[in-house]
Amino acid sequence: MTTTPTPDTPPARLPGGKRPSRPRWAVAGERALEALIRFCGVSAVIFVLAIFFFVFREAIPVLFGGRFDIGEFLFSTKWYPTSMSNVRYGTFALTVGTMTVTTLAMAIAVPFGLGAAIYISEFCGPRQKETLKVIIELLAAIPSVVWGFIGLTVISKFITTVTGTPVGVNLLNGSIILALMSVPIIVSIGEDAFKAVPDSFREAAVAMGTTKWQLILRVLLPAAKNGLLAAVLLGVGRAVGETMAVLMATGHSVQIPHGIFDSVRTLTANVAAELGEAAAGSDHYRVLFLTGILLFAITFVVNLTADMVIRGVRRR
Amino acid sequence: MEPTAAVRFSRNSFVRNKERLQEIARWVFFSMAILMIVPLVTIIGYLVCHAAPSLNWEFLVEVPKRGMREGGIWPALVGTIYLVFISLAIAAPIGVLAAIYLNEYAKDNWLNRLINLAVINLAGVPSIVHALFGLGAFVYAARLGYSVISASLTLAIMTLPVIIASTREALSSVPMPFREACWNVGATRWQTIKAVVLPNSISGILTGVILQVSRAAGETAPIMFTGAVFYKAVKRGDFFPYQLTDQCMALSMHLYTVTTQVPDVKESISYATAVVLLGVVLMVNASAIGLRIWMRNRKKW
Repeated sequence: MTTTPTPDTPPARLPGGKRPSRPRWAVAGERALEALIRFCGVSAVIFVLAIFFFVFREAIPVLFGGRFDIGEFLFSTKWYPTSMSNVRYGTFALTVGTMTVTTLAMAIAVPFGLGAAIYISEFCGPRQKETLKVIIELLAAIPSVVWGFIGLTVISKFITTVTGTPVGVNLLNGSIILALMSVPIIVSIGEDAFKAVPDSFREAAVAMGTTKWQLILRVLLPAAKNGLLAAVLLGVGRAVGETMAVLMATGHSVQIPHGIFDSVRTLTANVAAELGEAAAGSDHYRVLFLTGILLFAITFVVNLTADMVIRGVRRR
Repeated sequence: MEPTAAVRFSRNSFVRNKERLQEIARWVFFSMAILMIVPLVTIIGYLVCHAAPSLNWEFLVEVPKRGMREGGIWPALVGTIYLVFISLAIAAPIGVLAAIYLNEYAKDNWLNRLINLAVINLAGVPSIVHALFGLGAFVYAARLGYSVISASLTLAIMTLPVIIASTREALSSVPMPFREACWNVGATRWQTIKAVVLPNSISGILTGVILQVSRAAGETAPIMFTGAVFYKAVKRGDFFPYQLTDQCMALSMHLYTVTTQVPDVKESISYATAVVLLGVVLMVNASAIGLRIWMRNRKKW
């Protein structure tokens, strides 16, 4: 077998023992350009490290300031950052807020997202598929602040008229908005997962006389389960990190919710709401940066897991 | 008695049952797909209906009046254009070069796995964390202050993964034999990229750049603390109202402001702002999709 020469194999010599050469400036220019390309390639790593570094740098003084307790930060529900006498920085209620909103959003988004992914990948014809995918892409493009506005106006009105609760901006509202926002990512990654199942699986099942439904239930779902898990995880990642929409739609009181019509506040919304008011360099300001580190860590773990799951699928 | 072929292949109750189940499943999944679209269309229709009284040319070019309760959105519109194009000017070269590195130069070793991981993670970092980073790094550490440039830099880093991902996809859709043919006539790696790979993937790269524009136009949280302000006095129809070191208004921020921070805003104004923002973003995205379809139709290989 002959191997194709890549540009890294040295050029053949011309008759007379000379190598073909280009002007020195051209070679040097190309070297410089390739160095630049390499640098840009590494830039993503630099940016991630820089994000961690700069956010952490602003947060660090409070950690060693003596008035701050990391246990209280993580597990206390008392968030009184601007209290005169009793300043408390406990984010537990915010964490619970983030988790409840995300869980409820996923409870809505996952069945619909996966159902839509199954329909797109297995039931519809090429033209319909194309149309649906374009619509999903447009759905994914709607800015979060517009979603927040929709939650504040349309969905809040809808909730108050249908259920009769006095306030329409609450846990349910935020979850509906987040569900609508994370459905597109679940659909597109889920559809990829179904597409990744080899056609021979389908052919074998159809040859046994299965209907499409049996094929989906018995063959495709088990075969694509890792990809679907990754789709759900990426949806969770999107929902946890979402800021503006939950800031506008969840009603914003720091409490552990007791029902779906309670108002909650999430970690992201809390930073967005209070960062403007916290004086730069104050404890409050630094604690908000620490919240940022917490969020960074949560989404890092979620995305990393999703990536490992997807990678596992590919390797197989 | 042996069952005849006709009996064996007739539609017995079992077959009917499974076919009925299949029809039910089909309709259930169809309605799930449709249920995603129906609320979207209804909501957009609702927004446009409520925005109609304010939606006109005057609204676009007029400045906000009476504490943003009346008037238009011109300063916010221009601010968004500023932020988008400056962030694009920063993110596009870095993103495209990074994608070239990842697709054309990188071998499968630990460094490049690390870079991939970083790109994925950068795409997943919450927008509010980008805001904190922008505040810590550009506003304070780099002493750029609350300004257009700080906000644009923050947006650029935030939208970098969009460009990297779609450029990579465009580059990797260029078939390998194209490169091999070029290498075989003695071209170096960069010459091959310049002469063969980039011309064959330019429309895909453009799609990525357009998607970056739509993403940057819609983001609110990252610019909220790095350079966007509630209000800035600007002349009507002025195209160059901001310096790089000025603070600016932005459409997304303006929508947040008029809906949550200012009391008694005329209802149609906030709806119209939402519709304009939505319209801009969806139009930019639709053009990216159109470009992609056009490109696919004239692909030669």
